Amino acid sequence: MRAVVTVTGKDKKGIIAKVSGFLAEKGVNVEDISQTLLQDYFAMIMLVDISDLQMELSELAKECEELGQQIGMSIRLQHEAIFNAMHNI
Amino acid sequence: MFNKFDVLETIDMIEREHLDIRTITMGISLLPCIGATAEKTAQNVYDTVCGKAKNIVKVAEQLSGEYGIPIVNKRVSVTPVSLIAAPFPHKAGLIGKALDKAAKELDIDFLGGYSALVHKGTADYEKIFIEGIPELLASTERICSSVNIGSSKSGINMDAVKMMGEVVKETAELTKAQDGLGCAKLVVFANAVEDNPFMAGAFHGVGESGTVINVGVSGPGVVKHALENIPDANLNDAAEMIKRTAFKITRAGQLIAKEAAKRLNAEFGIVDLSLAPTPVMGDSVAHILEELGLECVGGHGTTAALAMLNDAVKKGGVMASSHVGGLSGAFIPVSEDIGMIQAAEKGLLHIDKLEAMTAVCSVGLDMIAIPGKTPATTISAIIADEAAIGMINNKTTAVRVIPVPGKDVGDWVEFGGLLGRAPIMPVNTTDSSRFILRGGRIPAPIHSNKN
Repeated sequence: MRAVVTVTGKDKKGIIAKVSGFLAEKGVNVEDISQTLLQDYFAMIMLVDISDLQMELSELAKECEELGQQIGMSIRLQHEAIFNAMHNI
Repeated sequence: MFNKFDVLETIDMIEREHLDIRTITMGISLLPCIGATAEKTAQNVYDTVCGKAKNIVKVAEQLSGEYGIPIVNKRVSVTPVSLIAAPFPHKAGLIGKALDKAAKELDIDFLGGYSALVHKGTADYEKIFIEGIPELLASTERICSSVNIGSSKSGINMDAVKMMGEVVKETAELTKAQDGLGCAKLVVFANAVEDNPFMAGAFHGVGESGTVINVGVSGPGVVKHALENIPDANLNDAAEMIKRTAFKITRAGQLIAKEAAKRLNAEFGIVDLSLAPTPVMGDSVAHILEELGLECVGGHGTTAALAMLNDAVKKGGVMASSHVGGLSGAFIPVSEDIGMIQAAEKGLLHIDKLEAMTAVCSVGLDMIAIPGKTPATTISAIIADEAAIGMINNKTTAVRVIPVPGKDVGDWVEFGGLLGRAPIMPVNTTDSSRFILRGGRIPAPIHSNKN
């Protein structure tokens, strides 16, 4: 099972480190990262493996959101199925 | 890995353009609940609804968290109560109140199905049931009622049409302290569908299985935004863009519907791919029509633009879901759509134009506040006109008008929340009573004879 983590906001140092560190603590493995910088607007998309997750996915999504508030970014975690459904036939 | 633009597009749709799952509605058959007495039946109904739907709110919140898409409403629809109360129609209110109690227990905002299907004729028990609707709507909080008075196959039951004009008036009168709010929970249908997840017209048809999940998706803001990107495109390209957008929206609905059905031990019924507006900015069907090039909704060209929108939404959605149903199209409830409210306020959107629009979109005259002094026979005549459009065009039509007691053209009415606000709209003041009082049945149209 995989999920997509999206981090958006104003670019600053150490974002990847903070987010991937947090995810590692939860037993989530990062499989792929892609990032885009549009002027100073930063968007990072991570594909993560959640097979070993010990908690409810919706709980983790909530904690990601809270981490986002702490570091002044917007962090969303969503099951990959929503993107598959909307963008692949 | 996903295309990053696809990921960001989905997130934009949700965060900025109000993409949401408008409702997860569980349809529950109440037929096994009929007991020897009304009291026993009411208890069975309460137990059944609370049992089957007990996790609906929890599961919806879980899904919303996992997929990162808001699920706005969780609702229940039930077998038309007139059938459940047939042995004791005078006591149908007991069942209605049990359902209201169940809705509160489940923490859902509306429960639909205090309904009767009388499109061909009205049985004695149905007449008694329908006469009790105003009282029930006035004494409950979350119950929605609907009555089907005509169909393409059977014609229009004009005796029921006459009765419903009076029922609408009485409902307004009994809820006048809230500006006739009861009427916002009462829909008069022609060609009602059995699997509609949207309120106030949802009920669980007798052809359905025991427990079903139907999902309504929305996203007028997403469609408008997509059109904003192609301001000079011709209408071929605009229709194509609407279709593609509807496809994506519906796919999200299909995903949630299947998953919700699985977790709630219910069958997956249908996805209703309606564009349902809300009174907030950026969530308006009227603004889509204006984005297509109209100065204001209600102007000439509105019907054509709406026809194209409605059709493109269906075409996009049909391929996206294994089962499309319900009303599926564009909704035009006046008080619930900021663009419609603005047009009505400027005097540019009239009931006659709205009637024309209902011939090409998925529902009918919806959430229209009219003068409180409007006679019952005029309301019946409005219902008859809508039913005729539905009957002849083989489509669902509905009337949900609110004759606001003590208010007249120039006044406003405020329902609050999703029901919104609206100026009182003028209606034609000529007398239609002789036509309505004739009663009888308008025969089914020639093209209904397909066998």
